[in-house]
Parts: sequence; structure tokens; C-alpha cells
Amino acid sequence: MRGLILGFALNSHSQRITPRQMALSRFFSHKAAVISCLILLILTLFVILAPFTARYGVNQSVQLPPNSFLTPRANAWLGTDDIGRDLYSRLIYGVRVSLMIGLVSAIVSVTIGALVGAVAGFRGGRFDDIVMRITDLFLAFPFLVTLLIVRNVLGAISWIKPLTGEMNSVRFIIILFSIFGWMSVARIVRGQVLSLKEREFIEAARAVGASRRFIIRQHLIPNSIGPIMVSLTFSVVGAITGESTLAFFGYGPQAGEGATSLGILVGAAKGAVQTGYWWLAVFPCLTLVVISLSINFIGDALRDATDTQLDRGA
Amino acid sequence: MTEIILKIRNLHVTFDTPFGQVLAVRGVDLDVMKGEVLGVVGESGSGKSVSFLATMGLLSSRARVSGSIVLDGEELIGKSPQQMRSVRGRVMSMIFQDPLSALNPVHRIGKQISEMLQSHQELTKKQAATRATELLDLVGITQPAERATQFPHEFSGGMRQRVVIAIAIANNPKLLIADEPTTALDVTVQAQILEVIKRVQQQLGTAVVLITHDLGIIARVADRVDVMYAGRNVEQGLVDDLYDHPSHPYTRGLLRSIPRPGKERLTPIAGFPPNMISPPSGCAFRTRCEYATEQCETTIPELKLFTDLQTACLRANELPDFRIAQ
Amino acid sequence: MNSELLRVTNLVKNFQIRRTKRSGSVKRLVQAVSNVSFSIEKGQTLGLVGESGSGKTTVGRCILRLVEPTSGKIEFDGQDLGSMEFEELRALRRKMQIVFQDPFASLDPKMTVGASIAEPLIVQRVPGSHSDKIIELLELVGLSADHASRFPHEFSGGQRQRIGIARALALNPALIILDEPVSALDVSIQAGVINLFDDLQKKLSIGYLFIAHDLSVVRHIADRVAVMYLGKIVEIGDQETVYENPTHPYTKALLSAVPLTDPKIERTRTRLMLEGEVPSPMNPPSGCRFRTRCWKAQDVCSQEEPILTLRPSGQMSACHFPEA
Repeated sequence: MRGLILGFALNSHSQRITPRQMALSRFFSHKAAVISCLILLILTLFVILAPFTARYGVNQSVQLPPNSFLTPRANAWLGTDDIGRDLYSRLIYGVRVSLMIGLVSAIVSVTIGALVGAVAGFRGGRFDDIVMRITDLFLAFPFLVTLLIVRNVLGAISWIKPLTGEMNSVRFIIILFSIFGWMSVARIVRGQVLSLKEREFIEAARAVGASRRFIIRQHLIPNSIGPIMVSLTFSVVGAITGESTLAFFGYGPQAGEGATSLGILVGAAKGAVQTGYWWLAVFPCLTLVVISLSINFIGDALRDATDTQLDRGA
Repeated sequence: MTEIILKIRNLHVTFDTPFGQVLAVRGVDLDVMKGEVLGVVGESGSGKSVSFLATMGLLSSRARVSGSIVLDGEELIGKSPQQMRSVRGRVMSMIFQDPLSALNPVHRIGKQISEMLQSHQELTKKQAATRATELLDLVGITQPAERATQFPHEFSGGMRQRVVIAIAIANNPKLLIADEPTTALDVTVQAQILEVIKRVQQQLGTAVVLITHDLGIIARVADRVDVMYAGRNVEQGLVDDLYDHPSHPYTRGLLRSIPRPGKERLTPIAGFPPNMISPPSGCAFRTRCEYATEQCETTIPELKLFTDLQTACLRANELPDFRIAQ
Repeated sequence: MNSELLRVTNLVKNFQIRRTKRSGSVKRLVQAVSNVSFSIEKGQTLGLVGESGSGKTTVGRCILRLVEPTSGKIEFDGQDLGSMEFEELRALRRKMQIVFQDPFASLDPKMTVGASIAEPLIVQRVPGSHSDKIIELLELVGLSADHASRFPHEFSGGQRQRIGIARALALNPALIILDEPVSALDVSIQAGVINLFDDLQKKLSIGYLFIAHDLSVVRHIADRVAVMYLGKIVEIGDQETVYENPTHPYTKALLSAVPLTDPKIERTRTRLMLEGEVPSPMNPPSGCRFRTRCWKAQDVCSQEEPILTLRPSGQMSACHFPEA
């Protein structure tokens, strides 16, 4: 139906609307996304203000023994773990680590992926073919297995250690996810660029003598921001759940001194199911689910909001 | 012969959009006589396509339709989707601008026509196939039996449009609505398609509504014309009369702005197409009309008979004479 | 000083495409443009008319080197474009510009109108702030200065087309390729834009290559007209001569097919109806490419390709049996 009412100007009677405002208004019409934003915002605040919001240190006992496996109570809102540490506080510190892993690796992999995808899509030809085959190669391997293999192989190479840190470190995991996260972004951005490439405003830029770099920077990337942002959100979710999966199998980040991550806490749920200490399983997993769902809703709403078809005007 | 096959009265269609309510059709009255070709002319925002999509019941649920649309004696507004499905394809059909998207790329042409036949008539597969071949012949496709086994991508643009017409007339509907059927086609092919439509009208007695922005096409095939602007009727009448001595300033403006033989300067219509979210009050054309007065701002002009045309202009009898110089 | 702005000689453009048939995929040659030659004088308009498959759009793109010609010579202002280095060509791009058909796709939706108009100036590294130039261009095309900070979606089709024209004028070109510039516009708006082209040409002495499928539109603005069919020019000459005395059957059929806005004339005129449709440019007919639809076709038409010959009325056409 949109095509039927195209053609008239919006300027005379309605207010000025920039494409950004249109996207924002479309975004905020998704209730689930708005609620998700709020939830994440609150969570992030909690996490940033950790020394204040957490009641205990990450390695601190709630009370003198007996202190292990205490059910949720006044001095330990979500109960305690096997050595008496407050689950609530550990959750806050854990989420902080996981969010950081998620965000940093997502930003790195999306940056790599967007550049690769844009250049491949725009240049086309053999360059595009080669890049895409490499991408396919990466995507062909089962994620988890490859992750573990690469982790162990890379970790064994001694001269890499100064760069990447120990196999168990947070830095290593971020690098690992960055290596494996860029491919799907590259694919998406390449697809977007391919469809934009033939549009006349790109030809117009070429007609005035614009270089390839100029066109990619000035036209292709700004018009691909939508898919890029959507990729970003899904990369974050991928990294967080990926980290949890690794930790579940015991390969999570061990930063020592009781430092923890959401993944490690979720991993501890393994034992809790048998022993009946339900709070050790329920709360970490619930947190993981809420974070993943929220980011997913936001990603969906972003995809809708940045749909360039709607930018053609009424 | 003066029986009315489609009677539209006071049709209003509004759309809810993120930008506000679009008042696409604002009180349209229209008659289509049995067996005639009615040309509906208008530009962006005129509401010409929307009016007939509403008639066919093809608008999305975001559209609100009110008024009366009577087809062959039956009121269409208020019918359930199921009832409309029985009407579409049997009593009235519609064809559109792009024939490629109207055809299913993975089914053979003959099958698509048979499908249309069998959904409204009791026919065996063989009977339907025979009739399909006859229809292909009627629309001027050579070697119809052989071509019926082909797929849409094996046809060229003009051929596809003929196939689309064949599907539309398969059940001998009383009304065929053609929405810009030749806009996407080459000029020489356009001429062929117009011939096909004319032939269909003559041989089957189908009434045709030809929606277009091209005044030349109307001059070639239409018997009567309805000019629309900003969701309303502006002028109606026989094609010869309308082209010879139009009363409404918009019709005059249109005829004046069309390139014609001779190299004198063209006279465009001043201003821009109307904003259908908040169209001008009163007569919507007043912002572009050289004869507009204060009255035009406050009063909505109704179609009134003036000489031999129905014109919606408050000052129709005050305007100077107008004849197109040839 | 030579008054010739553009001279195209024996332009050829073939596209290689892959077609999948039942037997496997095959490489085919699409002969989009075959041996096209014409010239445009300074400040004059050449109308290039043809239907789909005629190659007219490809000709425009070849001249601007948006598409690389397969062979042929393109001379702009006396200089041979084919032998130029990339940097020289870049400088020359200032003088040749293009206006596209689709007003909705020709502007970047994320950039303000002012930024789009200024883009040529930025790419060509013209010094200065450009804001004055932007206002000057907007007013030249009938828009106003406060439109510069708005976005394309806030404008109607006709207005967007004017913005596209303003952008094309930014570098003061001597030649503008107009690629079906009014086809996507409402009829009442077309007239205004055509008048604008006319005014700009008189004011700024710009040459146009006006590509169109609509004969009537071209008539109003073209000084000379070339008719193309399946990659070849079949008739070329002064506008009036071609319209009043067409000598090629295709030109005649084309003129006959255009509906006139007079019902009485339309009803009574004899129409030349062409059979069938344009053949595929992958497999053009031998000899004269138009013969499969021509009512005059004879054996010689399939054996010998007709060449452009001067006719008594003044234009050139390629036909073995030209119309009187």
C-alpha cells in the first residue's frame, strides 16, 4: 500500500522529521524493546556501581561458618554458594565480566565484519569470491568444537601469550570470540552493500569522480547502519551465551581470587540440580535468559526501525 | 445499454500511517455502464487506484472504507472476505501494472488460467485446459496450445500482460478494472495491449475501468472519462466533450501541460501534488488554481451538470471559454 | 573555435552474461550498443529515443564511463576520452553530468539535500564553504534556500528531480546526460521540469543528451533526434524533419503508436501496428534488426544490413526500402 500514497511532499503541513527521528519513533513503538531497554539499563547501572550495589566482595564470606549453601535470607538475598559467598554480589560482579566480554568482542567483530563485508560487496569480482569463501570456511566448522580446538592450540603457542594473555584470561576469550564473530556480520553487510551498489545515488557519486573509499565511507556504511546495529546486538548475545557455554564445560575465564563470570555461575548450576540447592541454578540462569531475551527484543526492534524501505517517505 | 454495472456513492477511504491519517478517497461518486470503457484519470494523491482497490476489497486492514459500492445490484461494503472471494474473478476482475509479479513463476501459464476457471466454474481439467487455450487465442497469443505449457519467464512483457488479461476475463466477468496496465510497457507494445482490451470489451461485452495518468490512452479507448484530484471527482463526461471543452481548471491544466505537436512552450500546472494527510480545505485544487476565490476555501464543490459535463467547480459558469488549439 | 561538444564514433558495448539452459550454463553476448555514432553541438539537445532493449541508456552510461565501452571513440570538447589517464578523466567529469530517471533512488536518503547537492563540489575538491553555491543552485531550479537542511523523503517526486538537477549543475557542466528525467513524474509536473531544462539550456548554454522512450516529450526540447532500435541508430536528423517526414518504418510505427490527446483524431487515424515484440539483444536478427516486425521486409533485409544513408528530406536512416 505504501506505493500508492508516495509522491506528495511532507514539508508543508507536518513537522520536520529526520530519518533518525523516524527510526527512533518506529523503535519505541515496540513495547517489548522499550521494556528490554529499561531492564538492561537498570542492570548496567547495577553493574557499573558494583562496589555500592553489591553487598559483599566477590570472594567474601557472608558470615562465619556454617555459611555454605545457605538458602536466600536477609543477609544473603539470593543465598550462598559452596564456600559461603553471597550469590547476589557474585552475580553482579559476574554479569560485569560477561557484559564486558560480550560488548568488547561484539564491537571488535562487527568492526572487522562490516569493513570486510563492505569492501567485498563493493569491489565484487574475485576479491569478493575469495573473501566469501573464507567466510564460508569459518562458518562451516561447528562453533563449539572449533572454539575449543583453537583455544587449546592457540593457548599452547608460547609466543602468543604476551598478546593474548593466558588461556583462561578474559582477554583471550574476547579475542577468541572476535575471531569467530565477524563472519555473519560480513555476510549481512555485504548483502546490504550489494543491494545499495546499484542504486542511482551511488552512480551519481561515481559520475562526479568519487573514489571507492569515499563511496564506502560516505554512502554505503551510513546506509548500512541498520543491519550493522542489528548484527551488533546479536553478536553481544552470541558472545555472552558463548561464554556461558564455555564456562559450563569448565573452560571459562578464571581470573583467580574468586573472580567469576555469569558463565561460571551458570556452570555451577550443574551440581546444584542434583543437590537441590536450587538458588545456585535458578538465579544465574534466569539472569542469562533475561539478558539474552532483552537483547534479542532490542535487536528485532532495531531491525524494524532501520528498514530503509520505509525511508522513502509516506 | 444504459444499465449501470457499478455504482459507487460517497466512498471514503482513510489509512492510518505513522505520519498521520491519510485521507486517500474523500467522497467519490461514480457510475460504470454495462459494456462501456470508463477512463479514470488522475495523478499522485488522486485516489484513483485506492477507490478501485476498495471496490475489489483488496485494501489492507489498516484502511477504513465507508460509503456504498454496488456491483450488479449487490452491495459490496460489509461483505465478508469469503463473500468477496466469490465475487472477485467471477463478477469483476482487476489487472495491474506489473504483469510479472501477477503471475506465479513456478506454474505453467495454462495451469494458471485453468486454476482461475476451476475456482469459479464446474469444469473438468480437460475442459478448463481447452477453455484456457481459447482464452489465450482471444488475447492474441499465437500458437496458444503450445504456449499454454510454458512458464511466465518464457514470455515477454507484453505477452505476459496478455496472459494476465486472459486470466482476468476467464470467467467472463461483467467488470474488468485495469490499473495502469500499460505504464510499464513499451509504446509499441502498449498500442497492442490497448487493442486487446478493446477487443475483449467488444467481444465479451465486459465493462472496463481504465485507470491511468495518460490522457492519450484515454482518448484512444475510453467512452466516458472521470477526472479525479485529491481524492474527489473533479469532472465527468463523454470523452469527446471532455477533451473538446473541459470546464474544470484542473482538466484544462492537464490538457495544456501535455506535450503536443509544435514546439511552443508547455504550460505546467503551478504548485505541487496535494498532501493527503492534510489536504487544502474546500476545493483541494484551489492552491494551484488561477481562478480561486475565498468561496473556494470554505465550500466543497459538488459535481454539477454544466453544458454537457459534470463539473465540480464553484465558478464553472464564470470561467472563460477553453478550446485546445490543434 | 569548434562548436562541437561531443562526438561519438562507432560506439560498441557488449555485455557478457551467463545463461542457464537445460544443457548447462552458457556464456552469451548481449549486444547492447552496436556501432553508434552521433554528435552534439554546444548548447544543443540531441534526443535519443528508443524502447526497451534499444541500448539508449547504455549509450549515456558509456559516455560518462560509468560503464566501459567495448570499443569506439568518444571525443569531448575535442579530446579523446579513451586515451585518457584516470586523473585527466576525473577532471573532465566536471564538465559532463547526469540526471537519473528515478527521483526516489537518485538521492541518498541519509543525507540532507544540501549535502547531496554539494557532494560533487566536495569530491572534486572545490575550495570554499559551498553554502552560497548550494543556495544559488536551489534557487536556479525553483526551490528555496531553506530546503537545503531537509531530507529527500520530505519532498515530492518532482521536487526531488529538481534537486537531482541542481546537483548535476553544481560543477557547471557543459553537457548533461538526461536519462529519462521526467518518465517517473506526474504529467502536470513533467511540463514544469521540461521548461526548467529549456530555461537552463538558454541561460547556461548546456548541451543535453535527452534519453527518452516518450517521443512527445523529446519533441519539445530536442534540436535533433536519433531513433534507436536493438542497439543501432535507425534514423537521425533534425527534430522537425524526423517527426514530419519519418523515413524509417520503425520511426513511423513509433510515431503512430503514441496516443494523441484528441479522441476524434485518435478514432479516425490509421494506425501502423507492429507485430510481436523487440527481439532479444542476445540474438539480434541478421541483416536489418528491425525486419522481424517490419511490414516491408524482403529477402535482402535478412542478408544485408542497411547503413545510414542521407535522404532527400535531410535526415539519415538505415533502411533498404525507406518511406517517402
